[in-house]
Amino acid sequence: MWLDPANPQLNKNGELHHLLSLEGLPAGVLRQILDTAESFVGVTQREVKKVPLLRGKAVFNLFFEASTRTRTTFEIAAKRLSADVINLAINVSSQSKGETVLDTVANLSAMQADMFIVRHAASGAPYLIAKHVAPDIHVVNAGDGRHSHPTQGLLDMYTIRHYKGDFTKLRVAIVGDILHSRVARSQIHALTTLGCPEIRVIGPKTLLPADVDRLGVQVYGDMREGLKDVDVVMMLRLQNERMNGALLPSAQEFYKYYGLTEDKLALAKPDAIVLHPGPMNRGVEIDSSVADGKQSVILPQVTFGIAIRMAVMSILAGN
Amino acid sequence: MPGNPLPDAESLLASLTDRMRPAVGPTTGLVGIYTGGVWLAERLHAALGLKLPLGTLDVSFYRDDFSRKGLRRNVKSSDIPFDIDGCDVIIVDDVLYTGRTIRAAMNELFDYGRPERIRLAALVDRGGRELPIAADFVGAEIAIAAGESIELKRDTAGRLALELTQEQVTKEQGQG
Repeated sequence: MWLDPANPQLNKNGELHHLLSLEGLPAGVLRQILDTAESFVGVTQREVKKVPLLRGKAVFNLFFEASTRTRTTFEIAAKRLSADVINLAINVSSQSKGETVLDTVANLSAMQADMFIVRHAASGAPYLIAKHVAPDIHVVNAGDGRHSHPTQGLLDMYTIRHYKGDFTKLRVAIVGDILHSRVARSQIHALTTLGCPEIRVIGPKTLLPADVDRLGVQVYGDMREGLKDVDVVMMLRLQNERMNGALLPSAQEFYKYYGLTEDKLALAKPDAIVLHPGPMNRGVEIDSSVADGKQSVILPQVTFGIAIRMAVMSILAGN
Repeated sequence: MPGNPLPDAESLLASLTDRMRPAVGPTTGLVGIYTGGVWLAERLHAALGLKLPLGTLDVSFYRDDFSRKGLRRNVKSSDIPFDIDGCDVIIVDDVLYTGRTIRAAMNELFDYGRPERIRLAALVDRGGRELPIAADFVGAEIAIAAGESIELKRDTAGRLALELTQEQVTKEQGQG
């Protein structure tokens, strides 16, 4: 096998071949993606927001789980690289006719796909696909189950670096539904790799995974305690649609204890920034005055997200 | 440098500056190509006293060898801080070789607007063109073997020097 068996995202030269998870990616690769994205931010501000890098390549957006926002950002990124983009919402087509994931992928590969952007409700699905595609095809995980959402984690890192610079001096809090969040895992892995010395996770016990302290983070049940003197507040979306059983009494109660309000944010450093992966539940995990406030960098995150996805796709296509 | 078979970069830059002086005006926009071309363009920009701010290009996203070599590491951000439309552009590069970098640079410039004219200044023309591209201003023409390459270096004091190296196929390398 020509891919590194310990980390099937990397080829034998240690270069990125698939992007499946931020876990196990060396700091050099993460920085390469962030640096390349910085050059693409300039491109997206020009009159012609397009470069010819992926001209003639076919990028398939393979969404086994609906997500208009993520699909759109990948689509814009691929188009700005001049790739041809084909969008497939699989849950409403072949899967309902009983075709397996691998059959779907084999069929699309026969149509000369160069890259698959995969979103799936089952953790590990992009790994399965990456294992079975031809060696010249690249796979990007656009979110798999509770496991990972690497491009979201990368755009969060880009946003933090843009506003705060050096990771090695930062205190970062991740707040909310850690248990169901693939974003939180990606964030924790990336922050750790980039040298962030203090990562706090804040949330009710019922929404924290049992093994959370194994990730090398500090756990806080009390949000006011956890936000004290942090530089960065990363809010998570309350995953209503992923919640089976009664983990929370009510959204109102969650807001009372873990919603980010102006008075709770005042406990963080005065120049702390607030991130949210979207879409926001206003009045559940975040108050509107904070979401639209001076410290919010939620809309810049969206802009940077396109540059990050352009960087990932162009690095993969070149390796 | 003792034993350096190449001419002194500083005196080449001085004669290049003299050649360009009568050809620039208030609408002249200088655009340096990373990395050596930007060093030269910084010096030329100051020496010629140009009004428009200095532009920089990293042509990585426009190279024609992407599918063979992939994306170079350490891509810099292109920055054209003036309006390209109607501008009299001079592209500045250190070594003119195959012409492919200049082709990429021109394509990128057109994504910023429609320049009135584009000219090319190079410190060294080493021949070996693979495209119909010629420089308007040249410091010197130097013939070297195909396996060799000329690199522009800058020391901590900002002094420029030319260095003869054996060509190696890496992602760090430019394409001439």
